[in-house]
Amino acid sequence: MPTATATAITPGTYERDAVHSSVGFTVRHFGAGKFRGGFEDFDASLEVGEDGSLTILGTVKVDSVHVREPRLAGHLKSPDFFDVERYPEITFKSTSVDVADDGTLAIEGDLTIKGTTKSVNATGELTYTADDGYGGERAGVELSTTIDRTEFGVDFKAELPGGVAAVADEVTLIAELELAKTKAE
Amino acid sequence: MRILGISGSLRSGSHNSRLLAAASELLPVDVEYVRYDGLKAVPPFDEDDEAEPLHPAVAELREAIAAADGLLIATPEYNSSIPGQLKNAIDWASRPFEATVLRNKNVAVIGASTSMFGAVWAQAEARKAFAAAGARVIDRDLAVPYADEHFDQNDRLVEPELQATLEEIVGELVEQVRQSSASRATARA
Repeated sequence: MPTATATAITPGTYERDAVHSSVGFTVRHFGAGKFRGGFEDFDASLEVGEDGSLTILGTVKVDSVHVREPRLAGHLKSPDFFDVERYPEITFKSTSVDVADDGTLAIEGDLTIKGTTKSVNATGELTYTADDGYGGERAGVELSTTIDRTEFGVDFKAELPGGVAAVADEVTLIAELELAKTKAE
Repeated sequence: MRILGISGSLRSGSHNSRLLAAASELLPVDVEYVRYDGLKAVPPFDEDDEAEPLHPAVAELREAIAAADGLLIATPEYNSSIPGQLKNAIDWASRPFEATVLRNKNVAVIGASTSMFGAVWAQAEARKAFAAAGARVIDRDLAVPYADEHFDQNDRLVEPELQATLEEIVGELVEQVRQSSASRATARA
């Protein structure tokens, strides 16, 4: 398998491959276990400049939030949580991306949730293959960041009878993206 | 714009029905006010009864909510909590969860009781239940205590402070409905 190091990635635009990408979140639930959810509909891209600079962009359609329990999915879309009616998208745009020789990423970017934009730091990994077997170039981007959801106005509070928060404020956002380089027209 | 008023008390001449009447007087002239009075006919929630045909009172409740842009709920307080019949109506209206008529519905909750606390806990619990069902709930309450002393013969609140709070909450509900209409129009464009 012809594989190159992450830093050998060639300039151009890499768009996410819908089948092999996922965006989701985990949050502590009932003060114990971790609860996972995801979004079915999102776009992501990686721009590689001629100078090797990297920019990561993402847009998530919040209405596509997916959890195992339909009642909870409905609640997540409601004003108590994401308020999809007024804030249909979550967006991310990197403001600086550092990549180490081994592909380790250190990213700073603007994350917008529920109309509130904040600068966040994310860590992750970049991988790259110069030939995906079909004559195309592909990049892999894994990102995660932990935010305080209340800072974005997602401030639903419920306490269990013992006083523990039913849903923690801290949420980890995770993106696992496979991106294919767009071919010149 | 249509506002649907629901009193959590079934009693004729209830203080909460009077409170709704007082609130409806404060709505702008271009807002249609409809009073829902079918609460007593709604059967106890039972998943076995969710199959079609729905009980007519349940169908009527859901249609009334669906046709309204906002809900104005006036609730009494029984044993420090929300009256069973009102909770039962929320439970019916919240189903099915994927397509509930309460999703994004603008809701304001007010309340009156003959005690010194003015149904403040029942209002909090009503707000919690509506929000859990997906409604857009105004985070305010109007607690009218000693309700038998607080209305005049025309069902108006005699206490200027309570009347002012009622005006504010009704105003917020109307404003919130207008904002929702605007954001839906933007989403369609």
